[in-house]
Formats: sequence, structure tokens, C-alpha cells
Amino acid sequence: MILFEAIYVAPPALTAQAPILVVVGPLIGACVAALSPGARTAWMVSVLTASFALWMAVAVAGEVAREGVIDYALGGFAPPMGIALRIDALGATMALLIASVGVLGALYSGHGLVSEVRPEKHTLFQSGYLLCLAGFLGLVFTGDAFNAFVFLEVSSIGTYALVGVGEARDRRALPAAFNYLIFGTVGATLYVLGVGFLYAATGTLNLADMAVRLATLGDNSAVQAGLAFVVAGLGIKAAMFPLHGWLPGAYAGAPSLVTVFLAATATKAAIYLIMRFVFDVFPPGEFGEIFLRWILAPLAAAAVIVCSVQAIIEKEVRRILAFSSVAQVGFILLGVSLASVAGLSAGVFYLIAHALMKGALFMAVGAFAISVRARTVEDFSGIAREAPWSALAFGAGAASLAGVPLTMGFLAKWSLIAAALQAGAIWIVVVLAIGSLLTLVYVGRMLEAMFFRAPIPGAQRAREAPVGVLVPLFILAGLSLWFGIDATLPTSLADASAAALLGAAP
Amino acid sequence: MSFVVTHFNYLAVVVLMMIGLYVLFSTGNLIKRMIGLALFQTSTALFYISLGKVSGGTAAITIDADSAEGRALAASLDPAYVQQFGVNGVVYSNPLPHVLILTAIVVGVATLAVGLAIAVRIREAYGTVEAEEIEAVARVDAARAEQAA
Repeated sequence: MILFEAIYVAPPALTAQAPILVVVGPLIGACVAALSPGARTAWMVSVLTASFALWMAVAVAGEVAREGVIDYALGGFAPPMGIALRIDALGATMALLIASVGVLGALYSGHGLVSEVRPEKHTLFQSGYLLCLAGFLGLVFTGDAFNAFVFLEVSSIGTYALVGVGEARDRRALPAAFNYLIFGTVGATLYVLGVGFLYAATGTLNLADMAVRLATLGDNSAVQAGLAFVVAGLGIKAAMFPLHGWLPGAYAGAPSLVTVFLAATATKAAIYLIMRFVFDVFPPGEFGEIFLRWILAPLAAAAVIVCSVQAIIEKEVRRILAFSSVAQVGFILLGVSLASVAGLSAGVFYLIAHALMKGALFMAVGAFAISVRARTVEDFSGIAREAPWSALAFGAGAASLAGVPLTMGFLAKWSLIAAALQAGAIWIVVVLAIGSLLTLVYVGRMLEAMFFRAPIPGAQRAREAPVGVLVPLFILAGLSLWFGIDATLPTSLADASAAALLGAAP
Repeated sequence: MSFVVTHFNYLAVVVLMMIGLYVLFSTGNLIKRMIGLALFQTSTALFYISLGKVSGGTAAITIDADSAEGRALAASLDPAYVQQFGVNGVVYSNPLPHVLILTAIVVGVATLAVGLAIAVRIREAYGTVEAEEIEAVARVDAARAEQAA
């Protein structure tokens, strides 16, 4: 957290309003980008707004490190009557992650969209991108259950459109976007229904207030039904097994940048909200424990095994990575299901690690896609000889995904196993080990084709991606390596998040 | 039987919701799917409105209890009820769920619009809005890609 003190240079007047500026900045940027005359202007608006959001998110994180929890009453109406933003260590961590990926994605979009999005769509693409950014940032900052739904849908509507835009490269993106829209809307509606139950039982929508009232309510079937609906609804958005049906198609069809952004933020924001409800809003008790132990943990374990196997069977690189994402969500939720400080901390650490490495992997796939139309693993044969730098970044992300020592993925798996051992859950350790081995198989297959096989004769030759694409790609890949060597920053963020969720002293 | 009568609105919500869900997953026509989705969302709106209704309550616009209107309203209600909930003899319905659902309806309309727009694009790209026919075209696409490789 000392880092934030060092780079924390926002003027006090701005810092006081930082929580809302993080959200409103990208919202205004989205409007400006939509109205801008050309793709270049829209791109600059996108980069500037995302950077501004990151700057403000850093200011908020610094403030949270000092104060603990920030309460920000919107429009000066005090909670629980007014809508409040409430940011604790977990929310600040998520905002940092989302805003960082947002900036890198915006940088990438300068040259990375050429082959995947129709030129006349570039300005509107930037607008949708900023809309998503605003939605996700609002989602992790809000302290109001219904407000969270609105932000969830603001971001989701943006992502449906962004996925559909991928039709320029692959027309399967359109049915995938439609499917995603159906699933996503059903999920959001179930969430609203659950919030309705909770509102009926407590008479409040403010999450902190709801937690206080639920603690005095005791066992109540309306509350339990509410939790079930909320988790089922958010589970769809988080691609929690077996509710992940929309994900492979959407990830495979969307433009690479959108997949980077979805993989690093969309499912993660939904996981964030699940954690918020299960640990923060619901009082600890038998019902919560049964839910974590007998529903969440087995489903997460099934995700790890089943989807890793599916990733091994798949032929297309994008779909391999997509199934891998569902499996990795399983890893994260396994950590969460331990419900201990160590388990949650490992889960949040894994969440950050996965966002960075999957972001790097999809961005590298996007860098290849600029010059070559490659779909299957075979198509990628020998691409390391033609585009060595992009392949190197892909290799770094893949190493982290497989859990090679000295990468962030290794530390993430290590802390998960340590947390499971500490909780005495041997079966989780076994699942983690099997999952890691399966990961090794599909990662190995992709790397083998890229680095050790000769290019297919007569196939399209790949070229190295432009510098504007390589820079954000290398930052993402480099972070997954750097945090594997010096993990002080993500570890402190993850520990503070876990402590904030469980109400323990950090 | 009395359960059915007292919970009639909630039963209606459940029935509507299930119809919506059934339409959503039983048909392959994308437009019909959007209709199912809209039904599904609307049932939630009905659920919220039911929550906010206070029996005998009026719209949440302040009425002076001493005015003729206020007295007439108070007289029309069950006295025990007024004593329990009434502020100066006037009972109001809870306006908050209405406000929430107003927002949710806007969100729902936006989703519907995006969904229909994507359906239009699908029609342009595939020449059909039937899921099975789209899949058939997609299979041909995949076979072609296989041949090219």
C-alpha cells in the first residue's frame, strides 16, 4: 500500500470526489467518444478517460488504505435513504484491476481493432468500451443492491454490442452475442428477483444496512430464497459452472480486445458481487456454510475438471482459452468456498493473476489476428518464427496459466493449495492438482505448435504486430511474470480484501 | 384455497415467469425468444409492484388528513389498519418499488432493443432468424474452414 502513497498525487478537491469521478468519467467519455468525428479522436478520448479513471481509482485505493472504508453519499442524500457508494479494500482492489486493464485495452485499441472491427464502427466501439468500463467500475463501488443491478446491466448491454461487433472477423459472433444477451438478461432478472426478496424481508436496499437487519432477522425462508436467486443470477454472469453456456461462444466470437476485457473484468466483477453478498451481506450461519460447502465448492471443482478436459478436446485456440477461463473461475471459487481469510485472499490473488494472464493470452491472439486468420492450434504452427515478440508474450501468459514457478500463476496456485491444506480440505488439494495437470496439457499443446512446429507450407505468413499493440501486451505479460517474483502489491491487496470481507483485522 | 386467494398476485407472477422462461427456451425463433425474455422481465416488475402495495393505500402524494379528501380516505379504510400504519389517517403505498421498477423497465427496454438489433444483424448475415437454420449455416461454415486449412 506504500506504493499508493508514493504515486498518489491527486489534488485534495479531486480526491474527495474521486469515488464518483471513477464512474462518471468513463460515462461522459462514452458520450464524447460517440460524438467524436473520427476513429482517431475517439481512440484518444478512450485512452484519456480510461487513464483518468485509473488515476482516480488509485486515489481511492490510497484513501481506502488510510481510512479503511469510504462512504460516499451520492447527491448528499445520506444512506440508508440515499444511494451510497461504499468502497472497502476489495472494491478498491477490483477497481484498480478493472481500470488498469481498461487503460491497457484502450491503448491496444489504437492499432488492434483494424482486422476485427469494421472501420466505420470504431468510434461507436470506443463508446461502448467506455460504457462497459463505467458499468464495471460502478458495480464494484456501489453500496446499494439495486444500483448494482443498474451498473451490471449498463456494462452488460455494452458487452452484448461489443461481442456482436466481432462479426467482421467471424459471423458466429452474432448468434453468440444473442445467446449471451439471453443468458445475461435472465441472470440479471434473477438477481433483481433475489434483491426483491431481500428488500421485502429487510425494507432496505443499502447493502451495509441490509447486513445489519439480516443479522437480527434469523432464519427466514424469504431471505434464503433471496440469496439463492442472487447467487444463481450472478452465477450466470460469472460463468459459474454449469451456467457458463454463453461464455465459449462469446469469447471466441468477440473481437480480441473485447475478450481481453471480458475475461479480465466481466466475470470477475460478478464474482466480486457474489463474494460481497455471501460474506458481507449475509450473516455467518448454517445456511451460508451449507451453501459454500455443498453447492459452491462441488460446482467449482466440477468446473475445474470438466472444463479443463473440454479445453483439451477443443481445436480452436480462442475456444481453448475460453473453456480454460471457466475452469479458472472454478479455481477462484474453490478458494472462496473455503471461507477463511487465507482462502479468500488466495481467491482474490488468483482472480488478479487470472485477469492479467488471460488478458495477455487473448491480447497476444489478437496481435496474431492483425496479420493472419488463424483459428485452430494447427493454424498457429510455427507462428513464433514469424511474430516472435507476440509469441513471447503469449508464452509468458501461458506459463503463468500453467503455473510454472516464478510466475504469478504459480504463486496463485501455491497459495490456494496452502489455504486448502490449512482448512483441512484434502479433496480440494487433489482437485487443484488434477486441474493444474490438465491445464499443462492444453497449454503445452498450444506452445508446442507455436514454438516447435514448422509453419504449414503455403499458409498465410504472420507478421509482427505494430508497437502500439506490443506495448500493452508486454505490460500485461510482464506483470504476470513480475508479480511472480515480487508479489508484494497483489498480496497486500488480496490480504486486505479478505480481511475486509470477513471483518477481521488486517 | 385461501392461500390462493391471498397470494393471487404472486401466483400470477410465478405463472407469467414460467411462461416467459418456457417461451425463451422452447422456441428457436429469435424474435419469439425476445418476447419470452420480455415476459420474464415483466413478471419481475409485477412482483415488485405487488410488494409495494399496501391494502387500502393510496398513491404516495401527500394528502392533508384534515381536508375533505383525507377524511373521506381515512373513513374508507379499516380503522385498525389506519391506526397501525396511517400517518394522520392517510395510508400510502410504498413508492420505492415503483421507482425501482421504472428503472428496471428502462433497462429491460434497452436490452430488448439491443437484442432485436442483433437479431436484425443475424438476419442480414445468415438470412434467417431460426436457431436451427443458423446452426446449419454455421456447420457449413465450419466445414469450409476445415477444408481451407
